[in-house]
Amino acid sequence: MPETECPPSRNTVLEAFADTIIPGEKRHPDDRAVAGVSQGGGAVAAGAIDVLETPEGGMAPALDDLARMLDEHAVAYRAGCGLPEDREPFVGLGYDDRLALVGELLAPGHPEHAMWAGLAMFSFMAFDTGAHMHTADAIAAGHPGLATLGFAPPGEDGLWRFPAYSYGRPLADVHPDTDPTGSPV
Amino acid sequence: MNATETTDVLIVGSGFGGSITAYHLAAGGAKVTVLERGPWLNSEEFDHDFKFGSSTTRVFDFVVGDGMSVLGGNCVGGGSVVYFATMPRAPRFVFERHGSIGRRMWPAAIDRDALEPWYDRVAEALPVTPTSWDEVPYIGGVFAAACKAAGHTANPSPSAVDTSLCTNCNWMMSGCRFDAKRSLLLNYLPAALSHGAEIRPLHEVQKITKLDTGDYRVHYNTIDEVDYRQQTGSGTIDAKIVILAAGTAATPVILQRSEPELGRMPHAVGRYFSGNGERLNTAVLEDDKVRELLGLSRDEANAYGAYQIGRGPVVASWDRLDGDLPEYERFSLEQLYFPPGFGTILAQVPDAKGPSWYGPEKKEMLRKWRSWLTVFTMSEDDNEGVFGPPPPTGNSERLSQQLLGFGSLRYRPTENTLRGWEVSDAAVRDILEHNGLARVMPWTNDVIGAYTVHPLASCRIGDDPETSALDDRHELRGHPGIFVTDGSAVPGALTVNPAFTIAALAERAVPGIVHALRERGVEVHYGAPAPDGGGAARRGTAAAVRTVLG
Repeated sequence: MPETECPPSRNTVLEAFADTIIPGEKRHPDDRAVAGVSQGGGAVAAGAIDVLETPEGGMAPALDDLARMLDEHAVAYRAGCGLPEDREPFVGLGYDDRLALVGELLAPGHPEHAMWAGLAMFSFMAFDTGAHMHTADAIAAGHPGLATLGFAPPGEDGLWRFPAYSYGRPLADVHPDTDPTGSPV
Repeated sequence: MNATETTDVLIVGSGFGGSITAYHLAAGGAKVTVLERGPWLNSEEFDHDFKFGSSTTRVFDFVVGDGMSVLGGNCVGGGSVVYFATMPRAPRFVFERHGSIGRRMWPAAIDRDALEPWYDRVAEALPVTPTSWDEVPYIGGVFAAACKAAGHTANPSPSAVDTSLCTNCNWMMSGCRFDAKRSLLLNYLPAALSHGAEIRPLHEVQKITKLDTGDYRVHYNTIDEVDYRQQTGSGTIDAKIVILAAGTAATPVILQRSEPELGRMPHAVGRYFSGNGERLNTAVLEDDKVRELLGLSRDEANAYGAYQIGRGPVVASWDRLDGDLPEYERFSLEQLYFPPGFGTILAQVPDAKGPSWYGPEKKEMLRKWRSWLTVFTMSEDDNEGVFGPPPPTGNSERLSQQLLGFGSLRYRPTENTLRGWEVSDAAVRDILEHNGLARVMPWTNDVIGAYTVHPLASCRIGDDPETSALDDRHELRGHPGIFVTDGSAVPGALTVNPAFTIAALAERAVPGIVHALRERGVEVHYGAPAPDGGGAARRGTAAAVRTVLG
């Protein structure tokens, strides 16, 4: 692999993977990890690296190897596609090529499927749960994933309550074979 | 030092199968010790929080297998702490199912009529109550109205939720902060404690050996309260009777690990696992269609947009619970909320041009999350799950401190199971895509295989020793004095939520266990009322009890 002036750090590779799973907008003009194919923050802005590095998650010991393997797969991928070899392997791929390579790794039957599915799920969880933060804090801080979902904020005591919750009227006929306890016969 | 502890009854697990038996046997005078591998949380510790290390990860186990992943409870109270408390009785035809063995799979002694009085006992104890339409959250209402518009019926399901206390916060999978969900922490377990039962959390049973006296020795490790991968000690307890209620994904693993010393296990231990035929579809509803087609509105701005509001599944459609339909084509459909994480990753984008469960199109689908509606299928599978060799400890090789591990279960759905899913997917589309109300896609099975929150049948009751590990009194064949009372004892898929049936079977098993204790010289009585003292349902089981205890 040709030397580059600024070799990609492990985290940049992992961020590029997380951005492939849930893409976001570039954090700054020189953002190499985030491809910038989506409006609003994606998995990276949502804290993907923090989630992957939590001691609770159990992924941390594997991250060096995962980043290295991802680059190795990217080297093979770009060779197979005749893509230029003068840039960082995975981070240097365009979004569509990242998507194509990640699709190969996540396909059922791929020998490394379990580990890439794990990396994808943890990246996803950073976005839709912000599992490295207390949820109430994450919402207060404008966590991009929970904001994208429109996840409602808690009350002042940090707990959720929805006093209005029902249309309040019968909306279907119940099954004719319902017993007096409300169960199917 | 290290004098061996002894007890009359050693119970492994504190979910429905463990708590119900613990209560009755302790109330009857037996010395009862319960070992629970998970932590013991009270209601103030049930967090509204997705953070790793909150109750959301402390009380759950998610075991990824080969083709099937299993979600289950991992705490004192077991599945009852994390379940959605939807409690229908299993329909009559379920007990007549043949499944993969070509003849009736349930014991001759058990059908819906025979189980009815035991359901009644559980209903009195928790309690289980019908749900009225004015208690149905928006998501259930919109599903019901969609069913009606498509020519189907829909029922508010009976449940074990005290709706006067419920805030419809939808955090019930992390444990109910408001004591609205009637988990076992509110009835059987405190009643068992008051009768002297002892419950030890963070004790993970590894194996069972047999003593020359005929008693059993139960070997456990103690587990760190934060990092469940860490063992902090070990010990043994001797007991005259062992009740395994560690959960469908753990009970057979303990028996497999015990086999070299305990002796040959019945063939059906660790086989015939059923995922309850479970399948999920996610719909994205069009708010203007909800208003226009169904005539519903929350307020001026929103017709629906209320995915987050409610308490899991409340409304179900039972039109396909028809015993005249062919086996494998019968199922129930339940409206469901699953929180982010569990409930978002596997959902697929309808008509995706690129990847369907991740990528740019999935992010756009997530922007409409408030308009999602998940539909839960419970159908008839073929009991095709088989457990491989047990891991060194527990029932999985844990990856995370809590929650996530890899187990030995292998599941390859048969054509029968796949047909059930296909027919139910079509039914969901018929209901929700009617007149453009929504777009629907099933969850992908490409990531973690199929999945179930209701694992069953890995150590099942039956009359045929070749295809059932337990006799119709839940005693392990060839190993007198070992009983199994959790979901693993249920013979097969139930087409509805199974907690009520698991609980009713556990109630039904107690007189037989009392009989076994008396045979071993333990003075124990049977006949305790409901945990709150109510005795109304006890009359209904009196005749059945007499046939066992005389």
